[in-house]
Amino acid sequence: MSRTLAPRDIDWTLLIIVLLICAVGVLQIYSATLGTESHSSWWKQIFYIAGGLVLMWIVIPSDYHAFLHHVPLMYLGGTVALLGTFVLGEQTFGSRRWIPIGHTGIHLQVSEFVKLVIILLVARFLTDLKKDDLELGEMLKLAGLVLVPAALVLAQPDLGTALTYVAVLAGGIFIAGLHWKYIAIVVLGAALMIPVGLHFAKDYQRARLTSFLDSDQDPQGAGYQVLQSKTAIGSGGMFGKGVTKGTQAQLHFLPVPGKDFIFSAFAEEHGFVGVVVVLALYFVMIMRIVQNAQTAPERAGMYICMGVAALLLSHILINVGMVAGLMPVTGIPLPFMSAGGSSIWTSFLALGLVNNVRLRRFVN
Amino acid sequence: MIVPPADRNTDPNFPGQPQLHDDTRFAAGKIAIFQYATVIIFLFLISGFWRLQIQSPEIYAEKAEQNRIKSRPLLAPRGRILDRDGRVIVANHVSSTLLLTRENMKPEDLKPIAEGLDLNLPDLQAKAARGGPKYRAIRLKEELSPADLAFVNSHRDVFPELDIISSQPRLYPQDGMMAHVIGYTGEVTQAELDSTDFAKYKQGDIVGQFGIERQYNDALTGTDGQQRVEVDNRGQVREEFKDGTIPAVAGKDLQLTIDLDLQAVAEIAMDGKNGAVVALDPRNGEILAMVSRPTFDPNKFVGHIKASDWNAINANPDHPLMNRAIQAQFAPGSTFKPVVALAALETGTIDENTPVHCPGYVVLYGHTYHCWEKKGHGTVSLHNGIVHSCDVYFYTVGSRMGIDDLALYAKMVGFGQPTGVDLPGEVSGGVPSPEEVLHTYHRKWYAGETPSVAIGQGDLKVTPIQLARAIGGIAMGGVWHVPHLVKNDAIAAKTTIWPVDPKHVQDVVDGMWGCINEAGTGAQSVIPGLDFCGKTGSAQLASVDVAKAAAANHETGLKDNAWFVGFAPRRNPEIVVVALFEHGVHGNLAGPIVRDVVKAYFDKKTRIQTWLQQKTAVTAGLAKVSTLDLPQPAHN
Repeated sequence: MSRTLAPRDIDWTLLIIVLLICAVGVLQIYSATLGTESHSSWWKQIFYIAGGLVLMWIVIPSDYHAFLHHVPLMYLGGTVALLGTFVLGEQTFGSRRWIPIGHTGIHLQVSEFVKLVIILLVARFLTDLKKDDLELGEMLKLAGLVLVPAALVLAQPDLGTALTYVAVLAGGIFIAGLHWKYIAIVVLGAALMIPVGLHFAKDYQRARLTSFLDSDQDPQGAGYQVLQSKTAIGSGGMFGKGVTKGTQAQLHFLPVPGKDFIFSAFAEEHGFVGVVVVLALYFVMIMRIVQNAQTAPERAGMYICMGVAALLLSHILINVGMVAGLMPVTGIPLPFMSAGGSSIWTSFLALGLVNNVRLRRFVN
Repeated sequence: MIVPPADRNTDPNFPGQPQLHDDTRFAAGKIAIFQYATVIIFLFLISGFWRLQIQSPEIYAEKAEQNRIKSRPLLAPRGRILDRDGRVIVANHVSSTLLLTRENMKPEDLKPIAEGLDLNLPDLQAKAARGGPKYRAIRLKEELSPADLAFVNSHRDVFPELDIISSQPRLYPQDGMMAHVIGYTGEVTQAELDSTDFAKYKQGDIVGQFGIERQYNDALTGTDGQQRVEVDNRGQVREEFKDGTIPAVAGKDLQLTIDLDLQAVAEIAMDGKNGAVVALDPRNGEILAMVSRPTFDPNKFVGHIKASDWNAINANPDHPLMNRAIQAQFAPGSTFKPVVALAALETGTIDENTPVHCPGYVVLYGHTYHCWEKKGHGTVSLHNGIVHSCDVYFYTVGSRMGIDDLALYAKMVGFGQPTGVDLPGEVSGGVPSPEEVLHTYHRKWYAGETPSVAIGQGDLKVTPIQLARAIGGIAMGGVWHVPHLVKNDAIAAKTTIWPVDPKHVQDVVDGMWGCINEAGTGAQSVIPGLDFCGKTGSAQLASVDVAKAAAANHETGLKDNAWFVGFAPRRNPEIVVVALFEHGVHGNLAGPIVRDVVKAYFDKKTRIQTWLQQKTAVTAGLAKVSTLDLPQPAHN
């Protein structure tokens, strides 16, 4: 069932755009970590990208139907692995997200890879329905399946990643065709859940929400990160301060400038022009993925592509919105830009799935 | 083996087998909505960046600048204090000062900071809470030890509010040498800030608080500069900017009239004794040496004095912080007799030959007054009266002259009022008179009090510097200068002139010469080859309070204080020296102190003259050589 990969099987437009974004990311990591002990992360990032390309190259030829077939196993494995992070996980920044791999120094973030499982789960579930409309019971069943790993991730605690799971779920449900009455019920239910959620929220999460609503309050505390990020972006102006010249990032006023706040560091050094260019690249990337969904041979492929599109779009919205002060602070990476192997590999694997679907667009 | 592509229509292993409901057309509209949603999301994101980067970049640019650009004080060193020959008495040394920036201070950090740096927590909290702009750093600790530096450097991450800058605190002479003259510096107190003297200073500034440091604080204080630096989020300096830096301007050096050679001799002479020495140049009022004992170590005051050191100084019953040269007020005893003698001559009460018979006592106003010499001095005239310090002579002369003239002349030589020396805290002493008694004690003057005043006892109180100035002025023929410590021609030119008969001055001076050189009471202070004049004195503690306290404690404090005042040469004197030796019993114990200082003065003068003669001879020799038309030595 495997066959040789031909050049025309690859979505070159998508790949080139993604590699451009990756290149911008590496440059920004290089700049942001200049003179710090994590300066090695820029070439590590190149290594991760190369690894991501290899993973993508492995994923593309294997029929995505095989992945869909093994969804129950992957779902079980992913959930167990998430449970495993509570046992084996190393606490960083107050959250257990990473599992160390032996003594390699590499830490895998299980919740990243589970995203792919969620995409496949949603695709298979909705495809298996074989209907044009989604019943409430079925939707709740799917939501229940997604919310189990989402709850585990939320408990790490990692609100941002859990939100991306929900985004994939929401995207799938929307495409599957949920009656507007149900949408209204869900929205209402979610609104009712907010006070409950706040009750269970950690102090820092509540503080982040408060500081999002009023970032000038407590500039040394929870609002500090957003304030510094906005300062970095705003001081970049139209054309930016130039590579390695961003004072907010170089002097560490900006928190984690190579990871969660990489877009802020980028905006400081490249200005509004750079921001528009990179956001345009991301936009084209999303649209290209959506186009692959439109040309998918059948529903499973379409759902996979739309799942990937929803995942990446939610990542961009949450991360870029956060650094610009448009969204509350939730620590999630920006796909293809933020330093980190798990995020890069997951993103390339997702890209591999999209290509896999594209590869089979003429099957029928 | 090549496996043909799986056929999902026949292979039951594949999920999502083709059914009626596996075409994707139903989703086309929803995908379009998703696309529109994507467009809206990206426009929403871009609008956020538009607001920040295009609409108000200046606000954020300014915030970014405020983050990274800080200005740090460049501490100006105080001016040095030099002796009259330009030798350094007080210098500064390079040290480190700890700053606290309150902009990014967390109140809960103060406790660990206080513990780590051995600071008093309430003091620290008070400092952190006080007024003033938040961007101005507060000086937390001076003279950081290596342990302090290690603590701050290893806690950069934890306490970004701490910063270390270089400073140049005072380095004072060791062992309390000249401590009372120099004084000390310290952080300006709230009380000082409230006074007009310190109007231009701000909290945390180091100011002079005692002695010359206090008196000439404005001149010695430099102007702190400011340096613009780039800092990172922990406050670590990344770059020091050249532009925008206001350099610190060092305080002006201050040249004293003190001669370190004489000062050293006086310090050594006073070792182990309580009292004071003042050496003046009577020709201009320049103070050549000033010693007060017991002394203290001003280095302990630099920065912040430890509570234990402060308590030790305060608990010392001998009051080491008192500058006895200007603050000890005691009866002058017999050192007052030259003044009485001059007053008696000037008022015509006596002439130099008026005889007084001394059988060892005299009865005046129905009261018997004893001479210190119980056998009596026989018939005494002015000269011998001074030489042998005959009490009966001065009882008699004084009571003939009367208290009004005694008080008048005592005041004319400067007693009862501050000399105006350029040191803070000078006291005025006191001259008893009928008016003063009436005013203070609401009683009439008893005539029987006058003989006591005439021998320098009773309520007459003088300070060592007053005595030096008084006798120096008499020796100068009636010209008194303001004693001063800093070279200043304007002050040196200020004189009080009293047209006295030179003949009378000569009689008094000759008496003081005889006191030393004619086997008088100061005979042991003779300096061979030098016309050294002087007068001994011994007097009980004038302060009744101190005497009572001493008596209550059964202290040996009621031993007489020993005075000696001497000057040289006999005509046109160049130096007048007063020594006060508390509980030194009699003036002939204070005499050697004065003698040593005077001798040191003339020894030095001789040394310099000899050296100048040699230099002149060598120059002349060289001039001769050059006229021989030999090749010129290279000038350097």
